[in-house]
Amino acid sequence: MSTVTSRPALGSKRLPPAWRIALSRGRLEIKVFFRERDAVVFGFALPIVFVALFGAIFGNEPIGHGYTYVQVLVPSMLVMGVASSSLVNLGIWITSDREDGTLRRLYLSPMPRMAYFLGKIIMMVVVGALETVLLVGVGVLAYGVELPPTGEKWLIGIGMMLLSFAVFGVLGVAVSSLPRSARSAPAVINFPVLVLYFVSGVFLPYNQLPGWLQQIGAVFPLKWMVQGFQSAFLPDDLALSWPTHEWEHGRIVLVLLAWLVIGLVICLTTFRWKDRRHG
Amino acid sequence: MEVEPTGGWFHGHCSITDACRMTVTQRARTGRATTDAVIEVSGLRKRYGDVTAVDGIDFGVRRGEVFAILGPNGAGKTTTVEILEGYRKRDAGEVRVLGEDPANAGLAWRARIGVVLQDATDVVELTVQEVVEHFAGYYPNPRDPEEVCSLVGLDEVRRTRVRKLSGGQRRRLDVALGMVGNPELLFLDEPTTGFDPKARRQFWDLVRALSAEGTTVVLTTHYLDEAEALANRIAVIARGRIVALDRPGDLGGRRQGLATVHWLDDGVERVVETAEPTRLVTELAARFGGEVPQLSVHRPTLEDIYLDLIGRRGDADVAEVAGRDNGSLGGDAATERVVEEETA
Repeated sequence: MSTVTSRPALGSKRLPPAWRIALSRGRLEIKVFFRERDAVVFGFALPIVFVALFGAIFGNEPIGHGYTYVQVLVPSMLVMGVASSSLVNLGIWITSDREDGTLRRLYLSPMPRMAYFLGKIIMMVVVGALETVLLVGVGVLAYGVELPPTGEKWLIGIGMMLLSFAVFGVLGVAVSSLPRSARSAPAVINFPVLVLYFVSGVFLPYNQLPGWLQQIGAVFPLKWMVQGFQSAFLPDDLALSWPTHEWEHGRIVLVLLAWLVIGLVICLTTFRWKDRRHG
Repeated sequence: MEVEPTGGWFHGHCSITDACRMTVTQRARTGRATTDAVIEVSGLRKRYGDVTAVDGIDFGVRRGEVFAILGPNGAGKTTTVEILEGYRKRDAGEVRVLGEDPANAGLAWRARIGVVLQDATDVVELTVQEVVEHFAGYYPNPRDPEEVCSLVGLDEVRRTRVRKLSGGQRRRLDVALGMVGNPELLFLDEPTTGFDPKARRQFWDLVRALSAEGTTVVLTTHYLDEAEALANRIAVIARGRIVALDRPGDLGGRRQGLATVHWLDDGVERVVETAEPTRLVTELAARFGGEVPQLSVHRPTLEDIYLDLIGRRGDADVAEVAGRDNGSLGGDAATERVVEEETA
């Protein structure tokens, strides 16, 4: 067993197909994600815990049409769940991949460059989908949250989910170049996201913010995601917490696509396979 | 320092080690030049800001060779190797590795080289087996992951998470990942730093075995004995330049180097540097009619030559001379040294 076997004829085989390596990376990333207990507890469980917590505190407050507060909370927490499983998750993990030698090892290997990102996307979508199911499940089972009533609303919900993943995915890769080290990454990346939660209508109704904060919030994608997810879970005449009293689907799509493009440009221009010290 | 598992990296497979040791010796002795150049470097330069890390380097590596780049820290070893791996861009010079320019070589080229990382702390939540199997999947002709694990001596920890490995075991995992793709050319950047002596010997055996089956190995090290034990040729690098490039036995004119003969002649210490120490000793033996008082014959060790080459000797000149001559400073006749050049 220990003899070094002689090498087969060179060039006798081609490189493995990129999709297979990408799938293999996705499997690996998911495995690693659920083995990192800290990440699972703080990133993954937080929105679910919030639904349970806020549900228990404000769950029975009526918001009209026979709906209670939890019905608004769930779409907000969905945005938080997507943000944590994509934006925050990727931002922190790619930083640490850069620091611990993962990116260096991959760069020096014959792995197609895209396989790394596809692997992250697979991980992000699987984790995000699981998050969504658990979060909505808790809302429905514990607090009687109603699922989107029509096929159209379901489509809106699913469309928002895909668009949000895409935007936060590229932004996650984009922000991974910001932290100076893996140690500082959670702080550097969570800080702006946490602020955005407050100015985007995630924790507080958007119409309760002062006008200038609303203006700031409206620049960033989170506000539009909250609006979009609410439109899937709430009837149309409950769009009152938004300035125009409408869901503004067209504008949501435009703003999110703009952020997608901005994110992609940042990724393509700033992504570093190398550590700062490796110039 | 961790306790190495019993058996080591080659549990009872001395035959292959012996075989390859023979190959290496043979190759070194005949200096057989395989015309097949795996690496060709000329005029290589790299600066970081004001610091010139690599200052015009030329060398070639032949297929099947173990080539050591030896030098002190900061000499430019790692920069050179990183340029060859295609990880770093050069400022000037020509580089061909496996027939391609590493700066724009593609994935098929990457599949033919293996790199052993020096300080990686990745994949900690995965088991040894999971990691080796995963990376094997990147290559067209990988080695069997199980075989690789046992070759590097990680058999007993295959199902252990990487986080739990000892420092030495972690390094061996890096070696496993460098060789799992079955590379034609393997880069080892200071591979045995932090190994205990036994683990180093076992690692050397592994390198010899890989070399015996035809893998070309480029090794950077600051350990002389490592370069001497493994390499067919050694490039000594200091301040970004190659100051010597030769087979270990010939490095810095070692083979032609003068031997130093010491003896005590009538209470006076005599030191003679000569190319023919045997003749001198025979003459002395005849003159003293037997035992020559305090006779010693000394050839420069690789270390002596190395220190000369990298200029440490130069830096330490004053101290060294003072040390050697401190006896004569006191004017004590019994320890006075007379250095005479033999004119023969």
